[in-house]
Parts: sequence; C-alpha cells; structure tokens
Amino acid sequence: MVFYTFRRFVNYLILSAIATCLAYVVASLALDPAAKYYGRNPQPSAHVIESILNGLGVNPDVPVLVRLWNWIVTLVTQGSLGETVGGRSVVAEIVTRSGVSLQLLLLGSILGAILGVVLGVWGAVRQYSLSDQVVTYGSYLVFATPTFVIGVLLMIGATVLNSVVGRQLITFTGSYSAGLTGSWWDLLVDRGVHLLLPTIALVLTGAASYSRYQRSVMLDVLASDYIRTARSKGRSRNSALVRHGVRVALIPMSTFFAYSFGTLVSGSIMLEIVFSFHGMGEFTLQAITQSDINAVAGSTLFLAVLVLFSSTLSEILYAALDPRVRN
Amino acid sequence: MTDLVTDLSAAGRAPRRSPLLRVRNLSVTFPQRSGPPVNAVRGISYDVHEGEFLGIVGESGSGKSVSSLALMGLLPSSAQISGSIDFDGHKLLDMNDRQLSGLRGRDISMIFQDPLSALTPVYTVGDQIAEALLLHDAALTKQAARSRAVELLKVVGIPAPERRAKAFPHEFSGGMRQRAMIAMSIANDPKLIVADEPTTALDVTIQAQILEVLEKAKELTGAAVVLITHDLGVVAGHADRIAVMYAGKLVENGSTADVFSEPHMPYSIGLLRSVPNMQTAGTQRLVPLEGRPPSLTALPPGCPFAARCPIAVDVCREVEPLLASHGTFVSGMTVPVAVVGEEDTTSAHLSACHRSTEIASGALTRADIFPRPEPLDVQHPARPEDRTPVLTVTNLKRHFPLTNGGLFSRRIGTVRAVDGVSFSIQPGQTLGLVGESGCGKSTTILEILEMTAPQAGQILIDGTDIARASRAERLRLRKDVQIVFQDPMAAIDPRLPIGEVIGEPLTVHGVGRADRRARVQELLDLVGLDPQMADRYPHEFSGGQRQRIGIARALATNPRLVVLDEPVSALDVSIQAGVINLLEDLKEQLGLSYLFVAHDLAIVRQIADTVAVMYLGRIVEYGPVAEVFAHPRHPYTQALISAAPIPDPEIERSRTRVLLEGDLPSPTEEITGCNFRTRCPLYRLLDPAAQSLCATIDPPLVAHDGVDAACHHVDRNQIIDSALAFTP
Amino acid sequence: MSIVEGASATLIAGPEPEPTTVVLARKPLSRGRLIWNRLAHTPRFWIGAVAMALIVIWAVFGPLLYPVDAFSRDPLNMGMGPTQLHWFGTNNIGQDIYAQTLIGLQKSLVIGLIAGPLGTLIAAVVGSVAGYVGGLVDGVLVWLINLLLVLPSFILLVILSPLFEDLSWVFLTVFLAGFSWMIMAQVVRSQTRSLRNRDFVKAARFMGVPMPTILARHIIPNVASLLIIDATLGVVAMIMAETSLSYFGFGIRAPDVSLGTLLSEGTAAAVTRPWLFVFPAGVLIATLFAVSLIGDALRDAVDPTSGVNRD
Repeated sequence: MVFYTFRRFVNYLILSAIATCLAYVVASLALDPAAKYYGRNPQPSAHVIESILNGLGVNPDVPVLVRLWNWIVTLVTQGSLGETVGGRSVVAEIVTRSGVSLQLLLLGSILGAILGVVLGVWGAVRQYSLSDQVVTYGSYLVFATPTFVIGVLLMIGATVLNSVVGRQLITFTGSYSAGLTGSWWDLLVDRGVHLLLPTIALVLTGAASYSRYQRSVMLDVLASDYIRTARSKGRSRNSALVRHGVRVALIPMSTFFAYSFGTLVSGSIMLEIVFSFHGMGEFTLQAITQSDINAVAGSTLFLAVLVLFSSTLSEILYAALDPRVRN
Repeated sequence: MTDLVTDLSAAGRAPRRSPLLRVRNLSVTFPQRSGPPVNAVRGISYDVHEGEFLGIVGESGSGKSVSSLALMGLLPSSAQISGSIDFDGHKLLDMNDRQLSGLRGRDISMIFQDPLSALTPVYTVGDQIAEALLLHDAALTKQAARSRAVELLKVVGIPAPERRAKAFPHEFSGGMRQRAMIAMSIANDPKLIVADEPTTALDVTIQAQILEVLEKAKELTGAAVVLITHDLGVVAGHADRIAVMYAGKLVENGSTADVFSEPHMPYSIGLLRSVPNMQTAGTQRLVPLEGRPPSLTALPPGCPFAARCPIAVDVCREVEPLLASHGTFVSGMTVPVAVVGEEDTTSAHLSACHRSTEIASGALTRADIFPRPEPLDVQHPARPEDRTPVLTVTNLKRHFPLTNGGLFSRRIGTVRAVDGVSFSIQPGQTLGLVGESGCGKSTTILEILEMTAPQAGQILIDGTDIARASRAERLRLRKDVQIVFQDPMAAIDPRLPIGEVIGEPLTVHGVGRADRRARVQELLDLVGLDPQMADRYPHEFSGGQRQRIGIARALATNPRLVVLDEPVSALDVSIQAGVINLLEDLKEQLGLSYLFVAHDLAIVRQIADTVAVMYLGRIVEYGPVAEVFAHPRHPYTQALISAAPIPDPEIERSRTRVLLEGDLPSPTEEITGCNFRTRCPLYRLLDPAAQSLCATIDPPLVAHDGVDAACHHVDRNQIIDSALAFTP
Repeated sequence: MSIVEGASATLIAGPEPEPTTVVLARKPLSRGRLIWNRLAHTPRFWIGAVAMALIVIWAVFGPLLYPVDAFSRDPLNMGMGPTQLHWFGTNNIGQDIYAQTLIGLQKSLVIGLIAGPLGTLIAAVVGSVAGYVGGLVDGVLVWLINLLLVLPSFILLVILSPLFEDLSWVFLTVFLAGFSWMIMAQVVRSQTRSLRNRDFVKAARFMGVPMPTILARHIIPNVASLLIIDATLGVVAMIMAETSLSYFGFGIRAPDVSLGTLLSEGTAAAVTRPWLFVFPAGVLIATLFAVSLIGDALRDAVDPTSGVNRD
C-alpha cells in the first residue's frame, strides 16, 4: 500500500511538473510582457526594454523552449521561480500570499466537509423529513449560486446588519484591518472577523456538495446487509447506523474530497478577489493582467502542488479508512 | 392413515409443549410510491418448537425471506405488518426496536445469505463476533469477549483462529465468512437461529461443510433452527419439518418425510418432480413445471397456483384454499373444517388445496398431475455425418502473472487458471465440465470463445487450429460456436427488442433485414416462444423465457457447438426442468454438440454424455457420465458427488459423506506433486510411503477401465468409504 | 441480496409481467417509460421543468415584448431604481437593466446549452473507448484525463482569453466544454469496463461484432442515462463557469453582455444600488436552480436506489 501510494504520488508529481511546464509555455506564447513597457510614457528605449525582459528571462526573441529550460534550471539549482515584473522574488510573494490563501482554504474546506458529512448523514437517516427537505433544497440553492455571488450577497447582508446595529460589526474588506494595533488577541479577533464572510461562503459551497454526496452514499449504506447483521446481533437501528454505517460511508468521501478540491480552490480564489484579500488569487490575476510570465508559472506550480497534495492526502485517507485497499 | 404415523413420529420428536415460536396470520405488505402495494406475505401461520429444525422452502418472491425478517423486526420501516408472532413469551410485533434489540442476537439470531456483504468491511472478524457478546453482557470485558470470539471461531472450524480473528472479512473466503457468521449467531446461546439461504452463494463442497457446521451449532446450543432455502436437497437431509411457501402463502406444512413422500399440494408435487435427482438423472426426462408465480401486486382471485396447476377446477380460480389438514377438509366447500388457528400445528400435515383430499386418498396420483413427458419423437433426427470432432482442446494453458503493488510491478507469482487441459467433443455429443468455482472452467471456455491464439496448447474447432486461422476463417468459425450464458438477465442487452437480440449474430455475417426477421420468427418458434413477440423488450419476459431467448440467439447461425455456461443455475428450480428438456430436444433435432459447464452434478448427469471434472486448472477425471457417477475414480469426484444434496430425505439421511477439508487453495500456491493432496480425503488415510508418492509426483491422467483419472491410488479409493465411520 | 425479495425486485423493475398467457393482455413498462413515470411523480422535476420552460420562453420573447432597448441610454433616468418604465432600474449611464438581463440570459443559456452537452459528448467518446479498448490506448487517455485535471483550467482560460475576444463566445463555449469532460469520462470509462465484462457484450464480441458497433449498440445506450444527467448538470456548470469568467473580466466582454458582465458591473454598487446586482443574480440563480432540480430528479429516476431509504 505504501508503495502504491508512493507510485501514485510520483505519477501526480510528474503530471504537476508537466502541467506547470505547459502553463509556462502557453503563458509565454499568449502573453506579451513587452507591451506594458511600450505603453509607458515616456516610452523606454527598445534597448532598456530588451534588458528588462532579459533580466526577467521572458524575452520573446529567445525560443520558448530555451526560456522554459532556463526557468527549470534556475528552479532546480537555485530554488528560484524568477522575479515578478515588479522586481520581487516570485517565491517570496508566494510564501507571503499563500499564508492568506491557505488560511481561508483550509478553514473553509475542513468546516465545509464536517458540516456536509453531518448534514448528509442526517438527511439520509431522516429521509423525506422536513429537515431533510430543507437541507436538500438549501443545497440546490447554494449549488445554483456562483461562489462570488454568495460572497457579494453576504457583503450586502453584512452592510445591512452593520447599519441596523449602527456600528461596524462585521468588516469584510481585506484579510485584516490595516494599521490596527493592540494585543495579539485583538489582532486575532480582527483577522477572524475579516475571515468570517468568505469562510461562510466557502463552507456553504463545500457543505452543499459534500452533503448531497454523503447523503446518497449513506442511503446506499443504510440498505446494506451488514447494517442488518449488526441489528440482528442486537444493535438498535440508530446505534448500528452510527457504528457500522457512518464509518463505512466515510470511505468514498475520501475520494470525493480529491474531486471536489479543484472546485473549492477556484471558489476560494474568487472569494479572495471579492473580499480584496491579498492572496494567491489576486496574485494570479494580477500576474495575468500584467503579462507576468514568471508569476503565472509560479501560481500554476502552486496550484499544481495543492492538487498533488490533496490527491495524495485523499489516497492516504482512503487507505486509512478502508482495510480492503491496505495490502 | 398416514396421519397416525405422522402423529406418532412427531410426538416422538417434539414434546407437546407450547411452541417456542408461534406465528399466526402474519402478513407483510410493502406500499409502493406508485402503483398497488406488494403483498409479500399473506397470512401465514406456523410453529417452531424448542430444538426443532424447520425448513421453509420456496422460490424467489415467495415471501420466505420477508416472513423471517419480520420476526427479527428487520423489515424496512415502510413495511406494514399484521398478525402476531409469539416468541418465548414475548409478543414480537408489539415490541419497539430497542426492546427487540435486547432479544436479537441473544435469544434469536440470524445467518444471512451473502456472507461477504453481511459483514462490515472495516472491522475485523474477531471484533464483530466480540461485538455480539459485548452488546448483551455489560459485565464482559473487551479482552474476555475477544478471547471468547477466538474460541467461537475455533468451534466453527476456522483454522488458526487467533490469527484469523484479527483478519478483515475480505481476507476470508466465502465459506469462512459463513462460518464466522455462524460463530456470531451462536455467540450468546440463542434459542432460535434463523438461517436465510445460508449456502446459496457457496460451492457444493463448501455447502456441505457449512450445513455440517450448522448442525453442530444446533447441537451445541440446543437452539431451534429455521432454515430458509430454495433447494429441496438442502432441507431433505436436515429438517424435521418442512413448510412450502408460494406467492406469500404457506401451501404445505408437514414432517419432512410426509412432504417428500406424500405431498398434498400440486405445487409441492410439481416442485419435487421437476428437480433432477442425481441418482436417477439421465435415465428419464424431467417433469417441467411451466409458468411462473403471479405478481404479488395484482393477485388473481382464487388459488395463486391455479394458473400453473394441471388439476385446477373452477373453484380454484374463485376461492383461495386455506391451509388445512386434508383429513377433515371438505373439498369444494368454501368453509374448511379445520383451519389453523390457536391450536398447535406441529403434528399435522397441512396443505392449501381444494383437491388435497383427492390427492391424499390416492384418487389423484402424482404422476397423473404432473405426467412425465414423452421423449421427443424426432422423425428424422439430425445425425451429423462429419465425424471430425467439433472441438478438440489439447494441453491448453492459461497463466496470469501475479504482480505486487510495488513501485515497479514485480511478478511475484503465477495464477495457473488453466494448466494443461485436454478434451474433445464429438458431433452430437455433450461434454459436461464440472468443478468448484475457481477451478478454471470459465477461463477454459473464454479461451475457446475469444478465439485468439492460446498461450500454450491447441484449440481446434471443426479441425481448424484457431491460432492459425485467418480473420475470415475465424469469423466463419464463430458461426459454428455459440454461447448461452448463466444469467439470462445479464446476457441480453435490456435496451434492444428481442428480435434484434436474437438476430444480432446474423448481422455479422451479412444477412439482410428481411431474412433476419424470418429467421428470428423461426427461432422463437423453435425455443417455444410466440413468434409475435419479436418486437418486445427483454424486461417483458421471465427468467426462463429470457434463457430461451438466449438459446435462440445461440442457434441463429446454425452452430455445431453450443457452449452452455451454467445455463439453468440462475433460474428458479421449477423453471429449470423446462429449459433442460428444451436443450435435450434441440440437441436431438439439430444434431448439436454441447459443452455444458455446471456445478450442479444432477443436471450434468441428466444432459451430458461425457464428463470432465476440473480441479485447480486441471482435469482430474474424464469419462462417460454414467460410469463416472457410478464409480468415481478420483477422490475429488467422490467428494463432489457426495457433497451434492439429494432431494430425498431417506437417501440423504442414510448417506455417508466424503467431506473435503477447507477451501480451494489459492491458485498461486505452489503445491508439489498432486495439487489435490492438501484437501484429499484419501491422502489422509494413506500410509506415509503412499503419501510421499502423492507429495512428489504429479499424477498424470491415466485410463482406468475407460475412465481417465489423475490419481496415484485409484485402486485404493474404496478405503475412503470404509474409513468414513472414523473420520470426523 | 435484497431485503425484500420479490417485493424489491418489483420496486426496482416495476410491475412484473404475468405468466405468458397473460403477458399479452397487460403490457409491462419499458425502462424509458418507467423512468418517465418516476419523473412524473417527482415534484422537483415539475418545478424545475416548468421554471426552465418559463425562463427559456422569457429569454426568447421577453425582449420582443419590452419597449426599451438594452443599449440605448435614457439620460433622464440614470442610476434609477426599478420603475414602471425600467422594470429592473437603470445603470449609471441610463441603460435598462431588465433589457440587459434578458440579453445576458440569452447568451448564458446558449453557452450553457451548447457547452454542457458538448462536454458530455467528449466524455462519452473518450470514456467508452478508453474503457472498452483498454491497454495502451486506455493508459494514454487516462493519463491525458489526469493531466487535464491537474492543469489549472482557470489560469489557462484567463491567459487565453484575449484570443477569444476576436472569436467571440463560440470559442469560449468550446473551451469551456474542453475542460469540463474529464470526471465524467472517468465515470463512463469505469462503467464501460464493467459493461465490457457483462454477458451481453461478451456475447456480441464472441459473435464477431466489430468494436465500434459494440460501443454504439451496447455500451453507449447503457450509459445513456448517466450521460443525460451529466449533460443536464453540465449546463449548470457551464453557465456558472461562463458567468464567473465574465465576472472577472475574462469571458464575455463589453460591448457584449452576459449575466457575468452585468454582475461584474453591478458589484461595485451592490450595496448602494442593489438592483444592479440583485436582479441579474436572481435570474441567474433561478435558472441554475431550475436546471439542477431537473438534473437531480433525473438522477433519482434513473437510479431509484440512490434516493430511497431502504432500511
């Protein structure tokens, strides 16, 4: 099993590497980093632009594959992803910004998964009850709403709430209040308040899909023979469902986690932008609008590593939950 | 007159006390979201006394499982249950789930059909058995429960129980899982064990083992057993009493001897007559029981069996007969004299038929009701002139590499699925290929039908080597070899009308639409279906009819050889006989050859001319069917024949059995010498010198008076019989 | 084995036919008919279907019945809330939001209705070929699927978005479909692998039926129900993807209008002039809600065991 997981990991590693290289090539071909400088006033001399582009390693006169090769060599030998057009190290940018992004992503996905599983089990056990219907239609509604719309609607709601209360109860721009001073506790609370709305939005989207899936898996499990066996041994219905049912129904969720992760990441990127977080989402979009090839490649690598990580995690989770795949 | 005998014998077995389980007028109805409700069980009454062994027999859909789940309180919450169930002083239907949980697993326990899905996949077997103990004994420590679980595993015959208790269900074979289920069911010394088709999913050799364990469990705990099954052979040897169910009703209830020797209800009679008996098979035609049970959503008035009953009279279609003792029943009257009510049902022989009295008195004999059909009078039986064998398989091998899941797939072993198999089939002959699942039967026929060059060995079809055949030749050969599959539901594309299903083989050979249509009509007629039905879809047909469609498809291209892969094992018992008769008729009419793969020895004996017994990828015995069944040379064949239950309580109870030990070894296991010796009953009895021969030299298939057998000690196999009295 | 033998078979397979003699009298239900019957008994389906029908009719005929043009500016009513003249209000240059919403709805519907089924088509072809042929072909296709799953499609879309400025929404549609089929292809592939070992497919193979015929005659029809569901839910996913891209300025671009661009313009003023955001958002949510209700009802109807508590 360890070997198997390792092999899958290596496979994903190769895929991530290829994906990043592809993104580098596509970005290099599609983006025109020089245009920005030509548009400046006063226009820098061609020579200056050329040297800037060379410095970044994005000179379109150099063949793409050569640039890709240089980029890889730098990455492997120096651990560097090059510089942004702003002259900052891409690695440094990613390190600072990924903190902001991961905070939201982790909090949202973990809470979303837990809430989803609980609601799904509840819905399956109380099938067709009022609470099941409410959760079901609620999750359709969340499904039918793009994440950014949820974000904006939450913002409108918070504004209304703030004006009703008469003071700034919920602040939702940025990931913290700039210039706020105080104890570490105040700072933490401040961050928490800022995180509240985007986390709610992300938890809602996550929980909606998890609960639907968990509900249908749980319904399958409810009908399974081993629940009947457990009851025939003397477990009451509910106790059999919890001890035998939920435990088994969690197994397919580990695979679903990997599938839904992509959706979650794009959702969290949108929320970062909607709520003006200075995270990886903003970084990526800025990179593209500024035709910053190194930054685009860097964010692609970041996303690929996230996918790599989540897939491996789901494999390990799967093996931990299901003895049938362990050997 | 039989009543008296029954009464005495029954009284001798079960003391007349109030029964342990008393079921009265139990009905179970499932409402459906759309359409009328399903009346799965309709007012059944029966008793089970302490220590009694009751067999409930019925085909699928007869309500036998539903009724037993009802007494466990394990039916879906949507089920509407009425009537009463008294168990050991408790009124089960009045108890809620929590109260019932106190009884379940302690006083009543249950064994389910499919032991794979019945165990929770994520907990170890030991923990699941311990759970049954811990639930009913708060004082028990986990440690004590675990060691008790190990003891229980030992009781049910699981080798190395300490180690096995820590294994997960998927690491157990089917037979071992069922043993574990039995261990679980006897953990708390129950008063009643309900076993729902406990051996249906298992091989015949394993079935014999499990039934033996079940008997042992019954002895140990003194529990009463209710065994639910569709197999009359299984109950014949074990049950004290038998209840026959049909369309949600009990239609006959009596002592095993009575029901088998003097059934009073035409359905029971038909069922008993339709089952091939290994002892008589092949000598006479089977008696078919045509038709199928009525839909439980729309039951016609009157007796549910009337539509299939050869002796139905007008009253049968109007008034449903009640279960009553035939002696006091006034035929033709609407009010029976003795209806099962509060009184004890233990001693009586009851049946639900308006004409039971005539049957009981002998006015209507069983042969009158279901006469044995005459052999088909074929005016010009097709006699194949070409004498080249239609199929010759020589030293066929198919090995699969077994790799580990490591970083670089490394070959760690070989599965010898087929390991040097040779046989041939003459025109117009039937070869029966038998063996436990996993013996390589399926792989062998797949190798033949895939028509690709075999790994090793040779396959000749009509004398043509398929390894050397050109594409065009191969397509021509495909015309000559067709297959009928086991499961008629899976073998037919549910989305095509059956006319297209049957005509599909013709499309490959460029037959035009009109010709195809005409041929389909012809074929439908040939297999006994209405040619008007060509435009209908498969779901409109019953299992037996679908199997006929599958046969018609196989015949479309006028093949010379039809491979029959367990063609009746997925069908209900009552349907099997009709299909077997059809196959026999077609063989006569069309001069077909069959390669008949089956695990049911009685059916093989019925239809085959030659039989090949396979074990772990090899043929261990090969010869004329009558000779092999009468005098099996190989100990494995002996064991197979001995394990197959015979639907006759007298024979079944007086038989001695050659039980095989354990499961089929993993095909990756390297066994030196004879690969059967790990389970061989003869090997255990041999002296060390003879044993070492088995352990070192792989026995070749050698002729012994016209039968080939792969055993060093064919001359000594009778010692198995003499030793039976002493072996456990 | 099921708990309720016979009964559950009937629950799943519908009323069982009577014995042969009666079979002609009462025609049992075919599978398609059965699914339709179940759908007809599902309120969700009707709510979704009626709502969707109304939305489509509204998108097609709405603009014809509304006197105000989507792009003309009304200098007297700039930044106005909903009035009798401008049902959904106007933006700050006096354009009518109702008219614009309808135009955007049309665009979103067209993109969704084309891209959703297109993605399903790719999934069906790739999945069934990979699953049926197996071996090297399967290996390559699975690898491709995994690569596309790892590849951040969002970034690629955004990078390439300048290209579809010229090619307009057609390219966007194809591109969206091109990145949406992978998971379904995996499902079809695994279904095909199990179908491949089903007896009726084996039978066809043993008869010598060629591979493309087997795929078309036996495999695809047997996963059709899955594909229909996927195509339906694909419509939701595609509309959502298009809207999100346009929202961030990378999908449909001005002067073209989609629900995404409208929402994008409305966000800045969402708090002060909520009609700019709330109305287009409401229309979008209603549309997606209706389609996902249909999709979910279809799923339950096709696989009745998925939605029924059978304990």
